[in-house]
Amino acid sequence: MPGSLVLDSLQDLGRFGVDALSALGRFGVFLLQAIRWAASPPFKVRQTLQRIWFVGFRSLSVILLTGAFTGMVLGLQGMLMLQRVGSEAFVGPLVAIALVRELGPVLAALMVTGRAGSALAAEIGVMRITEQIDALTVMALNPMRYLVVPTLVAGLVALPLLAWVFDVVGIYGGYLVTVKIFGMSSGTYFGQIRAFLDTGDIWVGFWKALVFGLVITWVACYKGFHVGHGAEGVGRATTEAVVLASVLILVLDYFLGSVLP
Amino acid sequence: MTASPVPAIRIEGLHKRFGSQEVLRGVDLDVAPSELMVVIGRSGGGKSVLLRHLLGLVRPDAGRVVIDGQDVVTLQGRALDRVRERFGVVFQGGALFDSLTVLDNVLFPIRERRRIPAADLLPRAREALAQVGLGEMGHKYPAEISGGMRKRVAIARALVTEPQVVFLDEPTTGLDPILVNSIHHLVVELHRKFGFTAVMVSHEIPEIFRIAHRVAVLHEGRIHAVGTPEEVQGSSDPVVRRFIHGEIEDRPV
Repeated sequence: MPGSLVLDSLQDLGRFGVDALSALGRFGVFLLQAIRWAASPPFKVRQTLQRIWFVGFRSLSVILLTGAFTGMVLGLQGMLMLQRVGSEAFVGPLVAIALVRELGPVLAALMVTGRAGSALAAEIGVMRITEQIDALTVMALNPMRYLVVPTLVAGLVALPLLAWVFDVVGIYGGYLVTVKIFGMSSGTYFGQIRAFLDTGDIWVGFWKALVFGLVITWVACYKGFHVGHGAEGVGRATTEAVVLASVLILVLDYFLGSVLP
Repeated sequence: MTASPVPAIRIEGLHKRFGSQEVLRGVDLDVAPSELMVVIGRSGGGKSVLLRHLLGLVRPDAGRVVIDGQDVVTLQGRALDRVRERFGVVFQGGALFDSLTVLDNVLFPIRERRRIPAADLLPRAREALAQVGLGEMGHKYPAEISGGMRKRVAIARALVTEPQVVFLDEPTTGLDPILVNSIHHLVVELHRKFGFTAVMVSHEIPEIFRIAHRVAVLHEGRIHAVGTPEEVQGSSDPVVRRFIHGEIEDRPV
């Protein structure tokens, strides 16, 4: 009967909506719980430093490499385009502002998602299925305090730093192409950057990196905590963490870009 | 039955349903202080689920779990943590933290709880490891030692806090018969030494009858029978007989 078909699909749609909303709710509650635990001492310094080392320092090589090439590509394309309109002097600001406002935080965040976000989701997922998280709980040691809070803090600390590294390396990548290959004077390149890049741009990049750092670690912890069964579950949690974090980063980048000055 | 006016653990009318599956259908069980109670039952029959209720990791749909006069089911947050601080738990796979060495694993609960002076931590952890016969293994990581050793480390980690109640979730799964006996022997020896109340979930039959004070048979979501090992082994109940003699369900007994 067509009537029941319509009803069924409405019901399915409704169920999908409710499921999606409650998943979103759980996702939000997870962060609120973490914030509550972060606010109550003692703060686990050693675990936090280990996480910063893992999320931040261990991501450095990939950030250096991608940052350099991103800057080089920007320098190359900027040079080719601006030469047509005869304003190649502005290639420095083009490279610098694009990096500092957009590409530094976004690409650094995407690289960290792939490198550390996936590993964190897998690690926490394995801890869940091998009952290590339950072991913490029954030792009266809250896993939020010992696992989640240090990881979130590490994201908040590491991402702005990594984004800045990305920016600086990228600007030098642009310098290599424009000055060393195209023969522009280095005074023009850096001088124009100094003239056009202002602290507002740097703040925009900072806020974005901060938000992305939270998103990456929040998604990874949540997906690891709510892992399914066995190796397959861990695999799925890892994939979902990477996909969800990447999508959120790009979506939030747009909204932050339009809200921030 | 061990006659005791106040049980260390009292489980009353525990019900739990996961989706359409009713796993616990009214579990009632008392465990006396310093008793070594072993819960046996079919694989997948809800033994581990029952244990997770006692630990406050799962909330029942109905029923109570009273440990030391407090209902674990209704406790939350710090109040629940205060009860848990008296627990020692040995999980099925050991649940050792694989980012920490064996010694750090044993050290972890006492170091983080800060109940004992810092200078005593290391000697105490070393002593706990020595008690389970792994005094030399402290520097290794859980991945570098055998399954039997991991269970021993898990036992050392559970006992290092000097718990009043110890829970063991199939501590001998996947071990060969000699190791099973050595783990059982260790549990008995440590139990004699520390006098804790113990609830152990197991399907090591008949080995378990040699160490248990009492045995409870979990069948179809209820405690079908409970008694001393002799009583349970001598039971004429068909379900119990079928279970402990490992006979296939449909065959007439």
